[in-house]
Amino acid sequence: MSSPTTLNLDAQALYGALRQGVRSLLAAAPGTALVGIWSGGAWLAARLHADLALPGEPGVISSALHRDDFSERGLAAGGGTTKLPFAIDGQRILLIDDVLYTGRTIRAAINELYDFGRPASVALAVLVDRGGRELPIEPAFAAARITLAPAQRLSLARADDGRFSFACEEEGS
Amino acid sequence: MLSRRNPQLNRHGELIHLLSIEGLPKTVLTQMLDTAGTFLSVNDRDVKKVPLLRGKSVFNLFFENSTRTRTTFEIAAKRLSADVINLDIARSSTAKGESLLDTIANLSAMHADMFIVRHGESGAPYLIAEHCAPHVHVINAGDGRHAHPTQALLDMYTIRHFKGDFTQLTVAIVGDIVHSRVARSDIHALTTLGVPEIRAVGPKTLVPADLREMGVRVCHDMAEGIKGADVIIMLRLQNERMSGAMLPSAGEFFKHFGLTPDKLALAQPDAIVMHPGPINRGVEIDSAVADGTHSVILPQVTFGIAVRMAVMSTIAGNEA
Repeated sequence: MSSPTTLNLDAQALYGALRQGVRSLLAAAPGTALVGIWSGGAWLAARLHADLALPGEPGVISSALHRDDFSERGLAAGGGTTKLPFAIDGQRILLIDDVLYTGRTIRAAINELYDFGRPASVALAVLVDRGGRELPIEPAFAAARITLAPAQRLSLARADDGRFSFACEEEGS
Repeated sequence: MLSRRNPQLNRHGELIHLLSIEGLPKTVLTQMLDTAGTFLSVNDRDVKKVPLLRGKSVFNLFFENSTRTRTTFEIAAKRLSADVINLDIARSSTAKGESLLDTIANLSAMHADMFIVRHGESGAPYLIAEHCAPHVHVINAGDGRHAHPTQALLDMYTIRHFKGDFTQLTVAIVGDIVHSRVARSDIHALTTLGVPEIRAVGPKTLVPADLREMGVRVCHDMAEGIKGADVIIMLRLQNERMSGAMLPSAGEFFKHFGLTPDKLALAQPDAIVMHPGPINRGVEIDSAVADGTHSVILPQVTFGIAVRMAVMSTIAGNEA
């Protein structure tokens, strides 16, 4: 695993790698449904769904109602709403997210998913794995693996023309 | 700068108690409506429960009778995974002479996290909010003639759901306005959300003249009051709060101010009819209207659960 300290992430190029990775995962497990985690993951899932010409609609999942930091941070404003336009029972699910860090968002999203039924399996593909896991969660595919200081916050942005880019902020700034 | 801090907000301007709509900024109201929209979808799941208030104790303190409000608060708290304790106050310690604050101190010693309070005296929830521990949150579920903020929020949610935008609407509130905490809270909410025309419609004895100072158009004629209205909020005739001869009779009231299909025809063709319940058929509303296509009275009840979930989860997550 490489560990660049300066941030030079080409989100568009990484998206191409993610598309390849997801294509392989879907080939190995046909019938898998994409579910994007609000908000960055939902953008990625929508784009992947269109680019890979998948049938139906991708799902969107919000982790807001299952977050474990609710008592400290309260209800996240603009946390999005879960929309799963297919039955979850017995369905293979591939969760899509932009940045994987502690794994807590994924844990909350899986809990949310289970409120809708019992999936056959749940896997995860992400654009960037930035390390720092606090839970035993590993992605089936990550387009990039980097190491960032805990104070750095990495998030995906989507321009009006649909192009992706990364924003990195220092916490508390 | 306010000379006195709004007791409902913490120093970051976040809601920690919900006591009244008055004084709450538009951003807080809008955020609450948006959050309620998220919770509405919880009803469609296999598991109709989310863990946000897991391990918290919510005490329903109803010093006045209520079925709908108490039940929807209870359902909302349970959908958020809270433990709910219903106290039949009228038959318990207050009847034995215990003071309100002593009751609260005792319940706090039982590790209450939230009080849902309905009280016949205006201001009782404020008193509790001022004296409870910093981690305890208070929601006003109706105090005297003063305020019923969660009803106002669910009314606003209903209006936004069916009408989309507040800034072009004419809203008529009809009936016993002088005794109505719902009317008062609705007027504050509608004003804050930018409704350009709010009308208070009813006989002189039941519509306070000082409403004009709040920018409300007062109408003592039903036809004038509901003509062209997009939203009609009917109020219950509150016999239990009336002393003296404020009305000749319920029949006389229905003749002039009861909402019948004929009168409803004066409103916009796509007008919605609301009522906080319980409805008195044949007193303030005709059955044909209450059960008709314009009526959104039952959706109001469903939205009420989502709105109360939004209020409870929002205030529980904010620190004093």
